[in-house]
Amino acid sequence: MKLLVFLEHHEGAVTKAALGVLAKARALGEAAGVVAGADVRGAAESVGGPVYLADDERLAAPLPGPRVDVLAKLVRDEGFDAVLFAQSVLAADVAAGLAARLGAGLNWDLADLVEQDGALVGKRPALADSVWVDAGWSSPVALALFRSGAFDPAAAEGGSEVREVAVELEPHSLLAELVEAASDEGEGGPSIEDADVIVAGGRGLGSPDNFALVEELASALGGAVAATRAVVDAGWYPYATQVGQTGKTVSPKLYVAVGISGAIQHKVGMQGSGLIVAINKDPHAPIFEYADLGVVGDLHEIVPRLTELVRSRQ
Amino acid sequence: MKIAVCVKAVPDAATGRRIEGSSKRLDRSGELVLSDFDSHAVEEALRVREAVGEGEVVVVSMGPERAADAVRKTLAMGADRSVLVTDEALAGADLLVTARALAGALEREGADLVLFGQQSADGDGACVWAAVGELLRRPVVSQVSELQVGPGAVTGKRQTEFGYERVRAPLPAVVAVSDAINEPRYPSLKGIMGAKAKPQEKLAAADVGGAGESRTVVLALAPPPARGESRRVEDGSANDAAEAILEFLAEKRVL
Amino acid sequence: MRPSDYPPPWRPEEAITTPSESEPVEVDVLVVGAGPAGLAAAIRLGQVAPELSVAVVEKGKRPGAHLLSGAVLRPGPLRELVGEDVPSYGEVPGEGVYFLTESRSLRIPTPPTMRNHGNVVVSLSELGRWLAEKAEAGGAMLLPETDAQRLLVEDGRVIGVRTGDKGRGRGGEELGRFEPGSELRARVTILCEGTGGHLTGAALAHFGLAGASPQVWALGVKEVWRVPRPLRRVIHTMGWPLRAGARYREFGGSFIYPMGDELVSIGLVVGLDYRDVDLSVHDLLQELKTHPLVLGLLEGGDRVAWGAKTIPEGGFVALPRAFHAPGLLLCGDGVGLVNVPALKGIHYAVESGRLAAEAAARGELDGYDSALRESFVWNDLRAVRNMRQGFAGGFWRGSISAGLATVTRGRVPSADRPTERDADQDLIRTGRASSYPPPDGRLTFDKLSSVYLSGNRTRDDQPNHIRVQTDVPRALAEMWARMCPAQVYEVEPVEPGEGGRSEGEGARRPEMDGEAVGAEGEPGWGTEGEPGGSDGERVKLVVTASNCVQCGAITAKGGRLTPPEGGSGPEYSLT
Repeated sequence: MKLLVFLEHHEGAVTKAALGVLAKARALGEAAGVVAGADVRGAAESVGGPVYLADDERLAAPLPGPRVDVLAKLVRDEGFDAVLFAQSVLAADVAAGLAARLGAGLNWDLADLVEQDGALVGKRPALADSVWVDAGWSSPVALALFRSGAFDPAAAEGGSEVREVAVELEPHSLLAELVEAASDEGEGGPSIEDADVIVAGGRGLGSPDNFALVEELASALGGAVAATRAVVDAGWYPYATQVGQTGKTVSPKLYVAVGISGAIQHKVGMQGSGLIVAINKDPHAPIFEYADLGVVGDLHEIVPRLTELVRSRQ
Repeated sequence: MKIAVCVKAVPDAATGRRIEGSSKRLDRSGELVLSDFDSHAVEEALRVREAVGEGEVVVVSMGPERAADAVRKTLAMGADRSVLVTDEALAGADLLVTARALAGALEREGADLVLFGQQSADGDGACVWAAVGELLRRPVVSQVSELQVGPGAVTGKRQTEFGYERVRAPLPAVVAVSDAINEPRYPSLKGIMGAKAKPQEKLAAADVGGAGESRTVVLALAPPPARGESRRVEDGSANDAAEAILEFLAEKRVL
Repeated sequence: MRPSDYPPPWRPEEAITTPSESEPVEVDVLVVGAGPAGLAAAIRLGQVAPELSVAVVEKGKRPGAHLLSGAVLRPGPLRELVGEDVPSYGEVPGEGVYFLTESRSLRIPTPPTMRNHGNVVVSLSELGRWLAEKAEAGGAMLLPETDAQRLLVEDGRVIGVRTGDKGRGRGGEELGRFEPGSELRARVTILCEGTGGHLTGAALAHFGLAGASPQVWALGVKEVWRVPRPLRRVIHTMGWPLRAGARYREFGGSFIYPMGDELVSIGLVVGLDYRDVDLSVHDLLQELKTHPLVLGLLEGGDRVAWGAKTIPEGGFVALPRAFHAPGLLLCGDGVGLVNVPALKGIHYAVESGRLAAEAAARGELDGYDSALRESFVWNDLRAVRNMRQGFAGGFWRGSISAGLATVTRGRVPSADRPTERDADQDLIRTGRASSYPPPDGRLTFDKLSSVYLSGNRTRDDQPNHIRVQTDVPRALAEMWARMCPAQVYEVEPVEPGEGGRSEGEGARRPEMDGEAVGAEGEPGWGTEGEPGGSDGERVKLVVTASNCVQCGAITAKGGRLTPPEGGSGPEYSLT
């Protein structure tokens, strides 16, 4: 099984998620990465192991079109069985464009990939995580897009083997133009949809001032602050942070629910979270039925202490 | 200026769950509604038309016959007409078959700007617009949260994981707008009542280049892996509780 | 203390307005409400006057979204109207009526008024969707997600409605997607709004049409269950968990209907003239399910639907003096066309809708009144006119009185007995809530998860549509909190972090059997110094309007429900 992994990079470093997919691919078969950009040899070398390098001025902007050309050429020239991507705004566009170019099947939102009877099978949660789907391919080349953070990176064995490839671009790939780019200055941390960590506050906080406790913990953990419908209704926190059936649906790696009873209207907005930690003084609160770690106690004492401990660990 | 908006009729969350019955009764298993994200795309198309001062907004969709009702909502919002590609052969279409059908319909239309709706977070990942753009051999700009239309080109401000970008693409172009771009209007009463009179064209697979075969397949369904036992911390001091949480986070490697 | 001591901040005139638009939308006939009455009217108009333009506005997301009933339907009128069999779960296979005590059930002979031979079991919500298709096929234009907020009246004549705004924020401000309501004018407006109808209530007041006796209501909370063993009979129960004593005024009972082999519809209906602050119909339904008779039916099954709605129970004596006004016709549950002892209202709604359509088509609106009075609707309701009122004297006395009325077909008692307004009943406390079962998530359920199951996804950021005083005595606030099946009302917590009541936890007060709450007409009087606050102590009522499933109970018991933004509320499909 020959697998090609799209290695997205930013500011000279390959993303952690992409490295995770590469590690997974290496465990499955003969895997190589591909780094496409301008002046990115350093990034390609830092990965270790076989990595194709498409280095060209015209690849400087992180736009999908030219990358489809690079990958399509590699697949045709080197005969890969599969091309794997870690989900991102760019990767999703590249994967779908490549599917159209090659007439290849694309399975996305995958959480895992295995080999069964000589064929690749992707695993994907569906219907609000209530069922898992085994997804396969019927095309000669299989394209797979993995959920962010599905795999952990692993150090490569041996040194770096960078192979430079020629870059040939289609006319329509050159049409889009990057006019301006800027990093987010991070006004108060990530938005709740993108955050890896969310600390959410509910009525158990007792008063709007106590949201400061939630904010401090979120800041210590590098996460975003969210709120329940009840406290948004009461005007304690803005609607943009409301998680739940009539607010936003989030699936961070870690969701810390502070003073939240966890009725189903809230649950459906965050049940896809990787880990759920709940702090509530009511031992019968529904949230304890689905939290991975349930802490019964006074949040006004526990949360500041936790914040202290997290900060001192860093 | 001709603006095409690609929309999808999806099962309504509330009536989604289907119960089998034994006696003669209604089969309402798939109440279809316009996807929320698509309504942002329709709204943007209407705004672009308003900004430019003229133009036609045509809504293109692929789905079963009963998707027509959901698609009609776009006409109630203000779109001029709709095209529904509907064919038995397209049932269960995957990303590629869908993209081909849409691209076929879009080629017939010859639109200057093609809009799609997209969730602003990771979400579905079903980026059919990128496949359509590639088939039409036109530039694709996604995650657009602000769109400006100039003579012969569009500029989109887009959000990515790393920050924002402004990307310019000459027309014809394919643009996927995020749900942060606008607030879709409610259809007015006149709009709703006038929608029925607007043309709703139906196309078969043959009209858009044939159906083709799906390249992905669902092999099996399985219950989700167990969440893992849930732990409880109940007695002890606040300090004990805080330390227990810290230990847990460290053990699960989220710190 | 009575709920009517704290009337809602609402006047009927708020729902009436004069026309002002220069280019309104106009149709020949406007029907408000896509329920059995409204859709029957639309279908009939398509048959007898296809040249007339007909619009049906419906505040729910789609026809059927706000329809809920048992239901056992007398199919004749609908079959005649539509010309084909109504989709149903089959004829009533058999029946049983039981009197329950806490642990036992005693089968009693089926009262004649409750016999269901030839009737069929249906889901009203499904029926609504089916009828809507028929109505559209006949040429009517259905406009869901459209609430009729105000009646357009010009020179004493109804000329249509004004629909509600969309896209207002909680404070009434215009949000980015604000769309103002518009005028929908018609030569004839037919109000088929159902129980506690918003414009119907305003019209009755405005045109002075209210009947001899006030309308009264019962609240029904129901669930649909998928069951492992088919139920082969229609079951009605009386008695437990309701109490027979006259002091409690707990009139009602339960129904358990098979829906084919796999589904069962179970509901509890309780008159809203009950007096106990702690009474919660939702929780009594949960309690009912623990009875051996019911448990045996549901065990091993899953709950697949939940909903709540009021039923008008005033009957004949509460009917309006007239069912029409210039440009206006009134039908169905909105005017109380319900046969309480037989638990039937759907076929009356259908008949009234049909007759209204015919009158509208002929352009003779007063002909509707005479047609209604000559129909079986009138005769049926007249025969049972005093049955409900007898139960003000408790279960046993009421039953005897009802029995007499049945045997004599309404001739005894001969005089029309008046009804008493639900909101006029004095409140008492009995600590009843301590018997409510805590929700276990398998057989018994809390209110919030039930609201979720109703499909309610009402947009939070919109104005509060419930008119109710919020600075009220504790007992009243708690009564509302228990009354509402959707947990819309809560008493604002006094301590920080108290976060309101947990669902299913019984009241912590000691047994205070029948102790009066406050004193008549004197708010603020109660046992002082009691832990947790006295009944008369003023508290703040917190209203979570987005939970509301628009059952209408608040309108009966001291507040007023008005329609929220179109498309809000439950999305029933199986009820």
